[in-house]
Amino acid sequence: MSTRIPNKGRFLNRAAPVSFSFNGRTYGGYQGDTLASALLANDLMLVGRSFKYHRPRGIVASGAEEPNALVNLGQGARFEPNQRTTTTELFEGLTARSQNHWPSLEFDVGAVNGLFSRFFSAGFYYKTFMFPRWAWKHLFEPVIRQSAGLGQVPDPDLKDADTYEHFHAFCDVLVIGGGVAGLQSALAAGEAGARVILLEQTAHWGGRAPVDGVEINGKPAEIWINNAVECLENMANVTIVRRCMGAGVYDHGYALGYERLSDHDPTVKGPRHRLWRIRAAQIIAATGAIERPLAFAGNDIPGVMLASAVRDYLENWGVMVGQRTVIVTNNDDAYRTALALKRAGGAVPAVLDARNHVTSPLAEEVRALGIPVLEGRAIARVKGGKRVRGVGVCLQNSAGAAQEEIKCDCIAMSGGWSPVVHLWSHCGGKLLWDAAQSCFRPDPSRPPLGADGKGFVKTAGAASGEFDTNSTLQDADKAGKNAVKEVGITPTGKSAPKAPQPEQAPLQPVWIMPDKATVDLRMKMWLDYQNDVKVTDVQLAAKEGYESVEHTKRYTTLGMATDQGKLSNINGLAVLSDALGRPVPQVGTTTFRPPYTPISFGAIAGEARGDIFQPLKTTPMQVWHEENGADWEPVGQWRRPYCYRRSGETRDLAVIREVKATRSGIGLLDASTLGKIMVRGPDAGRFLDMLYTNMMSSLKPGRCRYGLMCSENGFLMDDGVVARLDETTFLCHTTTGGADRIHAHMEEWLQTEWWDWQVYTANLTEQFAQIGVVGPKARAVLEKLGGLDVGRDALPFMAWREGVLAGFDVRLYRISFSGELSYEIAVPAGQGRALWDLIWDAGQEFGITPYGTEALHVMRAEKGFIMIGDETDGTVIPQDLGLNWAISRKKPDYIGKRAQQRSFMQNPARWKLVGLETPDGSVLPDGAYALAEGTNENGQRAMQGRVTSTYYSPTLGRGIALGLVLHGPDRMGEELEFGLLDQSTRIARIVDPVFYDKDGEKQNV
Amino acid sequence: MSDPVCALNNAVFDGLVRLEETGPRGMVTLRGDLGAAAVLKSVQKAVKDATGLPVPAVRRIVLQKEYGAGWMSPDELLLMMPYDEAGRAVKAADKALKAVHSLVVNVSDARSVFRLSGAAAPEVLAKLAPVDFTAMAPDEIRRSRLAQVPAAFWRVGDDTYDVVAFRSVSSYVFELLKTAAAPGSGVGFY
Repeated sequence: MSTRIPNKGRFLNRAAPVSFSFNGRTYGGYQGDTLASALLANDLMLVGRSFKYHRPRGIVASGAEEPNALVNLGQGARFEPNQRTTTTELFEGLTARSQNHWPSLEFDVGAVNGLFSRFFSAGFYYKTFMFPRWAWKHLFEPVIRQSAGLGQVPDPDLKDADTYEHFHAFCDVLVIGGGVAGLQSALAAGEAGARVILLEQTAHWGGRAPVDGVEINGKPAEIWINNAVECLENMANVTIVRRCMGAGVYDHGYALGYERLSDHDPTVKGPRHRLWRIRAAQIIAATGAIERPLAFAGNDIPGVMLASAVRDYLENWGVMVGQRTVIVTNNDDAYRTALALKRAGGAVPAVLDARNHVTSPLAEEVRALGIPVLEGRAIARVKGGKRVRGVGVCLQNSAGAAQEEIKCDCIAMSGGWSPVVHLWSHCGGKLLWDAAQSCFRPDPSRPPLGADGKGFVKTAGAASGEFDTNSTLQDADKAGKNAVKEVGITPTGKSAPKAPQPEQAPLQPVWIMPDKATVDLRMKMWLDYQNDVKVTDVQLAAKEGYESVEHTKRYTTLGMATDQGKLSNINGLAVLSDALGRPVPQVGTTTFRPPYTPISFGAIAGEARGDIFQPLKTTPMQVWHEENGADWEPVGQWRRPYCYRRSGETRDLAVIREVKATRSGIGLLDASTLGKIMVRGPDAGRFLDMLYTNMMSSLKPGRCRYGLMCSENGFLMDDGVVARLDETTFLCHTTTGGADRIHAHMEEWLQTEWWDWQVYTANLTEQFAQIGVVGPKARAVLEKLGGLDVGRDALPFMAWREGVLAGFDVRLYRISFSGELSYEIAVPAGQGRALWDLIWDAGQEFGITPYGTEALHVMRAEKGFIMIGDETDGTVIPQDLGLNWAISRKKPDYIGKRAQQRSFMQNPARWKLVGLETPDGSVLPDGAYALAEGTNENGQRAMQGRVTSTYYSPTLGRGIALGLVLHGPDRMGEELEFGLLDQSTRIARIVDPVFYDKDGEKQNV
Repeated sequence: MSDPVCALNNAVFDGLVRLEETGPRGMVTLRGDLGAAAVLKSVQKAVKDATGLPVPAVRRIVLQKEYGAGWMSPDELLLMMPYDEAGRAVKAADKALKAVHSLVVNVSDARSVFRLSGAAAPEVLAKLAPVDFTAMAPDEIRRSRLAQVPAAFWRVGDDTYDVVAFRSVSSYVFELLKTAAAPGSGVGFY
């Protein structure tokens, strides 16, 4: 029976009772409880089911290492699965449900898996994957899906109701862990004047020291801790943060802190989680140590707990987990639990110590209280199902024949302590095997290295393997002082406080209890609680040839659960090393990867959700588009109007209307998104001759030229119109998506290859709004606006002029992507909307019609103009597209020229651009392939071409398409068969790619 | 010529800090090799003629009333002046730089400027920009990013920062800053 007792519970505010619900029933706790302590206070020993066998499981630990007690937490838009009860602070109205049980926690059908456990042994998944295949799909998979899995998936229709954020912080010394070691390191660094950040994952400073009854400088630890926190709070150069876990350490002193601001109290305003993105010159991991479980039969039955956790629940939360608690240990530390329980009025029928002779001070103290210490003893097996009823005791040096039985309702176990080396190891810190303490600890001579080749992570206290408080404080003080020295600050002459402690006898490594346990006992010894990995599984893996600890981990799933092996890692690899007959350090550990414990997706996303999930670029005319029925399509980070729908109109009909209106009257296009890069300097012409395939240096000021840009591999990557502004200045237009990329491309060549050329670039894309006025009546509208001569002679096709149009300073280009008479007007962005409105008003009498990107695409396809991203896909060269006219033969070089001379590029069998028409006028499906005779080397149907663009042409009243076809231009009139996804085929005839106004008379009027 | 319109029509928000889109501002990009003595001399004259200010030191900005000159890169400066004067400034700078290889261009409409005022301004920015505000000099200009877009910022007085970003992402930047300045989200770091 687990109960709350008076006079204990230093974290509790007994004046503030809190009610919460677990599996639909309401219980009481206090402010200061964790969900775990509140469950235990209500005698809820069974809190979940294991992953594979659905074994009943209880709370094992009291902190971040808890493997069992995970719950579905919260409801609706605040629902979250797999929340650790031991790190969940209780608040009024908390709602939790246990996981992985069906139909109920108390009665679970899946537990029958346990009866077939021999079929679910190590490598079960791999073995069933292998053979027979049908069995996996039809037999195992459906059954396992039904029974396995942890928490529930949140409702996909609900959005997380909370907000999250990032925060970038910088410091000289980042101390992770707010126990006495972390506090001392922070003091040592802070007093020297360094900028310090100290993070503590729980709500409380001081770690275990107060629970363990430690005295510092002759007074209870709590006094020193409070004083240290106050000192740190008063230092302007120190920032201390509670409820903030050091999640990971990365290259160059980068670390992540995961702060939980309102998990303990959802009424707190502001973000729920904050991800601290910290850049520190030095990092001190004062992350403490985790107690190891012991592997004895039935060590997973609810009521079996870590000895330190039993002590924590008693001291911190006033919970006596058992009325009769048996201690089982291989070291002195667990005796503290016996002392604490007995002094608080609990019964301790026995301490079972695997060691043969124990006379250390702590053991003598226990004996003096009348508690029997049984030496050389072990647990043969635990009695009980859903909670502990007793233990069978045997000799540690035996096969497990029980000599006597002790009735108890709680077992406090301790297999020794392992330093939390995760943060040391994340970025490459190496470990030493400490045989005396049977643990891996950081090797200070092999730290993670920074850019300067020097270590940037240190450990302090128990994380270094210094387990007694006095040496912890010394070590932490040294770490703090050394860290500030590394950043060029002189440490103070102060020395660490003193905390003398009783001497402890060495532990005895115990990996299996008892030593020579029979197989039926070993089958009940759990190593990884959450993933149901037992001693026999690891031994079987060794027998089947798994020698590497990394392979064994994956084969058995040891340490792959959400606790990432915090309790199971060392025990598992010790069992493996024993099975392989190799010493532990030779077997080594698995890799420690961030985050230390899972962090929320919300914290990772930070502010990036909803409207600011991604930047959305808008032009000055955005609001007009919104108000006029724009149907959007994404183009790079822009949203451009695909078409403007009138009420009741489909997209297709809108596009047809826009094309017809433009071809017959006048259309209006927002072309502001096109890239505009100014290139200036004495070498600007020479530079553009290298960038474009055609000649740009010969362009006259006042004129425009269409150009193609290739990558150094010869592939077409961008196109656009270049205007020569004056002798040394060009304005290069790029595609919408290409503006930043092409600007970077230019700068890369200028800065790395042609650094001695006198050329400057400036990206002016956003300086100008650009408005396309397109169609046979375009000139009439501009003439009506007045101010500029836009006649054929004053402004011929492919020319530009600067001037004042209806009072606006504009640059007017006569260029056409539609094949019609067309002007593009550039005006400073801040006046874009005003000019647009003016043109719109002036155009009313001419039937002016705004058109979107689809009408633009249709009109360019009717003209046989290529589109980057449709006709090109990164494997197409200009020659494939019949653009040889835009490739200068006179120039000695341009980017891509050499590549285009390679044999593969010169191959006449490259597919080339043609037009395609179906006999019945229907529209070919996009991306359809033209079938050829026979099959390729893979046995697939041979192909001879594909569709790259395909539209219904409103102008011609039938489907038109562009495509790349083998020897296409030589096969005019031939019919090809195109394969469709439904296995049917469609016929199309090869035609000229220019479907409309081949001579260009319309654009040239 | 119609009145220039800034992207968000001078939007304002009050949270941890006061956030304002500060009307149109004249901005000119000047490119020239600041490391070449001969060029620098012309640049000095150009900056003086355009803004009345000296050439800023590396990563610094000089500000006086509505004029400013910020160091953007070893061969680029950002000049600031009243919006209506940008055209004149371009002409003046171009004239001073006639003899040397350079590029001067009006970029006033390509940018949006936001002002953050309040003691929490560095903290609000630090949620979005990987910048150490303790190490930032009072007259420093930082080219950095705000979440996913480029931005630059500098101090214009105690607890007041100006942020400049591209015009097309004005609404994104304003929403970002609003989110970072949401009441109740103070950090207490700076």
